[in-house]
Amino acid sequence: MAPPTSPRADLAPAAAPFFEGDAAGLGRGRAAAFVAPALVLVAVFLVFPALWTLYLGTTDYRLTGVAASEPRFVGTDNYRTVLGDGDFHRSLWLTLQFVLGSAVIGQTVLGFSIAWVMRDRPGPVRRLVEGLVLLAWILPSSVIAFLWIALLDRDGGTLNAVLGTPGTAWLLDHPMACVVVFNVWRGTAFSMMLYGAALGNVPPSHLETARLAGASTWQTLRDAVFPRIRGHLLTSLLLVSLWTFNDFTPFLITAGGPDGRSEIMSVYVYRTALGDGRLGFGAAISLIMILINLVIALLYLRALRDRGRARTAEPGGAEAGAARGAAA
Amino acid sequence: MVFSSRDFSRRRIGAAAALALAGAALAGCGGGSTADPDRGKDAKNLSLTITRNAIEGGKNSEEAVWITRTVIPEFVAAQKAKGVTVKVTFRGQGVDDEVYKTKLALDLKSRSGADIMDIDGIWVGEFAQAGYILPLSKAVGAPAGAWDGWSRIPGSVQRLATFENERYGVPPGTDGRLVFFNKKLFARAGLPADWQPKSWQEIVAAGRALKKVPGVTPIQLNAGTAMGEATSMQGALPLLAGAGAEIWADGRWTGGGQALKQVLGLYAQVYGREGLGDPKLQQEAKGRDKSFEEFAAGKIGILFEGDYFWRDVLNPKTGVAKMATRDQDVGYALIPAVSQGRGVRGQSFVSMSGGSVTVLNPNTDYPQQAFELLAFMNSPEMVKARTAGTPEITSRTDVNKEILAGDPFLTFVSEKVLPVTSYRPGLSAYPQVSTALQEATASVVSGKSPDQAAAEYAKKLEGIVGGASHVTPR
Repeated sequence: MAPPTSPRADLAPAAAPFFEGDAAGLGRGRAAAFVAPALVLVAVFLVFPALWTLYLGTTDYRLTGVAASEPRFVGTDNYRTVLGDGDFHRSLWLTLQFVLGSAVIGQTVLGFSIAWVMRDRPGPVRRLVEGLVLLAWILPSSVIAFLWIALLDRDGGTLNAVLGTPGTAWLLDHPMACVVVFNVWRGTAFSMMLYGAALGNVPPSHLETARLAGASTWQTLRDAVFPRIRGHLLTSLLLVSLWTFNDFTPFLITAGGPDGRSEIMSVYVYRTALGDGRLGFGAAISLIMILINLVIALLYLRALRDRGRARTAEPGGAEAGAARGAAA
Repeated sequence: MVFSSRDFSRRRIGAAAALALAGAALAGCGGGSTADPDRGKDAKNLSLTITRNAIEGGKNSEEAVWITRTVIPEFVAAQKAKGVTVKVTFRGQGVDDEVYKTKLALDLKSRSGADIMDIDGIWVGEFAQAGYILPLSKAVGAPAGAWDGWSRIPGSVQRLATFENERYGVPPGTDGRLVFFNKKLFARAGLPADWQPKSWQEIVAAGRALKKVPGVTPIQLNAGTAMGEATSMQGALPLLAGAGAEIWADGRWTGGGQALKQVLGLYAQVYGREGLGDPKLQQEAKGRDKSFEEFAAGKIGILFEGDYFWRDVLNPKTGVAKMATRDQDVGYALIPAVSQGRGVRGQSFVSMSGGSVTVLNPNTDYPQQAFELLAFMNSPEMVKARTAGTPEITSRTDVNKEILAGDPFLTFVSEKVLPVTSYRPGLSAYPQVSTALQEATASVVSGKSPDQAAAEYAKKLEGIVGGASHVTPR
């Protein structure tokens, strides 16, 4: 070490910076010490369960019976069975309906519409509407599921009383439509809040320019609003899709019935793994679900990157675009 | 892309593997072998826990009340007299049977759970194969075999608690299946009050007559998966027995042959074109409960159920669907075979029986005291106390003699139904086979032909039981 060159130099700490690989290796050691607890947690709660699931998926492991105490290695049998299983195909198709219907179309369109309509409403009105929409989002799933069952019940359900359609069994005749509408009602609040915040990023001058140019609502949205909030739109869409894909709440309303007509993938996994006790088989389906999730997550990360690029977009473009659209 | 290939250096892969192993070491749970049955035998201060799918004010409320207000205080007092301080806790549940089963299996898998638990007799085999429960001879030893209660429990009832010739617990009782009918509606339809159908077609004929009475669903024959095991026990299985087949016989499972086609044919008659049943009720999550309410309200003419329907559901005092006029307005009859002499073993009438089994948790710290409590729960005094509110056919012949004497219904079940009854096979594949049966009935209710549903069932069955060699095509 060099001798002190100033009266203050002896006060300088001799410690090496944490993240500098100095000759003594002290920095790296300390860094590892700080990171270790987090790494152990990741190992115990993420890496190990993932590897364990991967292993279980290759066995005939069950909750009860001989295969509970002596599971056999079956290689890729579970995956072959899953991919050839009609119930799996049905659950995949129903999940697609569920995600597209409630996340992509329902929550996004409705959430954006409410945010758009409410953006320049007086404070109390906006707060009241937002509060009502939020209520559905903050209530526990079990509570709202119970409310919906009471609402849609064949005998004595509120909906039949209001519509004057006694005896109509909504949950039996249209189970998928019921869970989609339920999920839209519950999840719209998140999209609404996100789009509300996003719309705050649209400079009022853009909207004013569009109005003066005589642009229709659609033209205004297309040319002045969407280009500014495209990143938010994609982010919200993918996040909501991811949540919806893994959502289990519909089980509380229909339990996957009647006769599997609302058995989305999360419910299918639950039924096979815990209901039928086929844990190995359930692990295989879970891994297929994880792969689908990964695809959605990668799309989400890509959208985030694009959003970063969108921030650097030329700000004048939207005004000009709106004016051009109106002129057209 | 988010990840670049250079992120995955050898060192990092090695670190990840080490982390995974560390995780495995930390998260993995070790298991020991079951210890000596005499462990904790001389304890003077101990705690025991009982669990079953019963909860005060909810499911099987009376059982929960019996345990908390009779069994526990009296057992604690009896032990105190012997100088032993016991604390007994009841962990009541009030959930669907499938959920209860999963919970118990997970408890036992993790070597935890209550010391004494009730399981459905049909789970004994699969729980035993999994090593979750042990034969009483191993878990408790000689005192279990020496219990004087065994001589009072008929062999057929003991079978509920038996797997591979080993007793795993004590069955508190058994039951039978019957056809119930509403005499008032029968009178309006021009049908006799002492109705005893001798064939399936006589049931269909009665249904047709009842259809003429406005606002009445003629027949409730449980179907579909929403009803769960109730579809098998009250519908598919007794009908299969009535068509001359048992679900499992001579080491093979019954496939989609003639007997099953006949069963599904009856479902098609009831729920198909003729509209003698309500298909929607079979699909609803709470359909069975609704069928009880509708029967009690005089909206269902004929209903297939276990004897518990009479003594528990319609019970004028304590029932979940009380029927004040039960004794005057409700008739009951034996379930007929498809026609006389065509049932299983050449019978003209059939039934199915089941029941729960009280078992010991092999991981208990006090196997001897736990068995003592189990035996105490099944002593004549406790069994009588259990059936005081709602008489039932208990597993004990000495108690039955007393409580059946003044009860014409239970006498009928005991003398007419139980002699013609059949039991489900205690095999681990059974629950899945049962679900496949339920799905077959659901297919027919939603419009598929019996032949098609039977063919689909046969295919599914082969997948479940390991190939066609394990299936009898009859």
